[in-house]
Amino acid sequence: MADEVVLLDFWPSPFGMRVRIALAEKGIKYEYREEDLKNKSPLLLQMNPVHKKIPVLIHKGKPICESLIAVQYIDEVWSDTNPLLPSHPYQRAQARFWADYVDKKIYDLGGKIWQTKGEEKEAAKKEFTEALKLLEEELGDKAYFGGDNLGFLDIAFVPFYTWFRGYEPFGILNIESECPKFIAWANRCLQKESVAKSVPDQDKIHEFIVDIRKKLGIE
Amino acid sequence: MASESSEVRLLGKWASPFSNRVDLALKLKGVPYKYSEEDLANKSEDLLKYNPVHKKVPVLVHNGNPLPESLVIVEYIDETWKNNPLLPQDPYERALARFWAKTLDDKILPAIWNACWSDEKGREKAVEEALEALEILQEALKEKRFFGGENIGLVDIAANFIGYWVAILQEIAGLELLTIEKFPKLYKWSQEFANHPVIKDGLPPRDELFAFFKASAKK
Repeated sequence: MADEVVLLDFWPSPFGMRVRIALAEKGIKYEYREEDLKNKSPLLLQMNPVHKKIPVLIHKGKPICESLIAVQYIDEVWSDTNPLLPSHPYQRAQARFWADYVDKKIYDLGGKIWQTKGEEKEAAKKEFTEALKLLEEELGDKAYFGGDNLGFLDIAFVPFYTWFRGYEPFGILNIESECPKFIAWANRCLQKESVAKSVPDQDKIHEFIVDIRKKLGIE
Repeated sequence: MASESSEVRLLGKWASPFSNRVDLALKLKGVPYKYSEEDLANKSEDLLKYNPVHKKVPVLVHNGNPLPESLVIVEYIDETWKNNPLLPQDPYERALARFWAKTLDDKILPAIWNACWSDEKGREKAVEEALEALEILQEALKEKRFFGGENIGLVDIAANFIGYWVAILQEIAGLELLTIEKFPKLYKWSQEFANHPVIKDGLPPRDELFAFFKASAKK
């Protein structure tokens, strides 16, 4: 029943996108609720009192916070279709390790790139490219990090690609030449219906970034 | 075929709570292992080989397969050796356990650490945040004996810093953070934790830990 699953989210959030993709992969019907982060709903504050952040997955009235934890929960509850995590413990641990790496490196560095200037920005760009190359190595010759199908790490990582594409018009980042494998992988993921319908229009993300840069006084 | 336990190695640092989490998990499961102490100022070839990404401890090496990141390792240990489960069976309870383990690392531990090492200027605010963090953690405990219920679980292990290190660090810093008056339930938990028969043998000796951090404080 659709009203059994609710997702509190914010449309440009890459973390929210992860949960949307997981739900779509499993074919789960749910109610999507847009949050205004400047005016958080009582429901959000009640469901995530510790961090007050989105996304929050609510299943049968109970909240699951933190995007990667929600994705694992979805995989464990709806375990009969499209497994998102590998079945072998070591491979599962590897997937978790790299998803944690994406959280620690990609998100923070990405933010530094389009929010800072000069030396700090150049240093962030260098570290970021190195991180992408490491992830490319982890991908190897596979179609997806999950092998033949979309898996946990693909879901953890691909939402950030929509943001990188958003930085490109600013000439901030040119990863096409340095990380072609990554670009190919991301485009492959975007061909999947579950991903395509879970990520916003490129133009909308770009507009969103333009807006924030204006507010932060970055030109 | 060699038994599961025949080739388990831990590269660690005796004073590190992150490294200690892995010791505790292995001991709770009764898994024999070889321990190597790493000198972080002079990293061994093995450490650089087994954790090229972060070059940190702890790293678990099982049958030649390396795995870094303490919480990823503890889940792997739980999935590989099925006795004395560290995570609950129910997916929602599992998601909650993961949430608290992550919140400990992302929010609670840094708040306590900052308070203990803060200078005069930032002290008041840091202490306030540390006390808020402990309050949140105590609420999560509710009326349970351990975070894992009747037995030690993932969250208890993740909270080893709170259960054992905090008492030492707050004494050195001259602060009163985790006290029986301020947090009676959490304080009681810390006593149960540190006196648990398996945990007790797995924690580093108090005097040596005190001396180690006292020396760091002087620098």
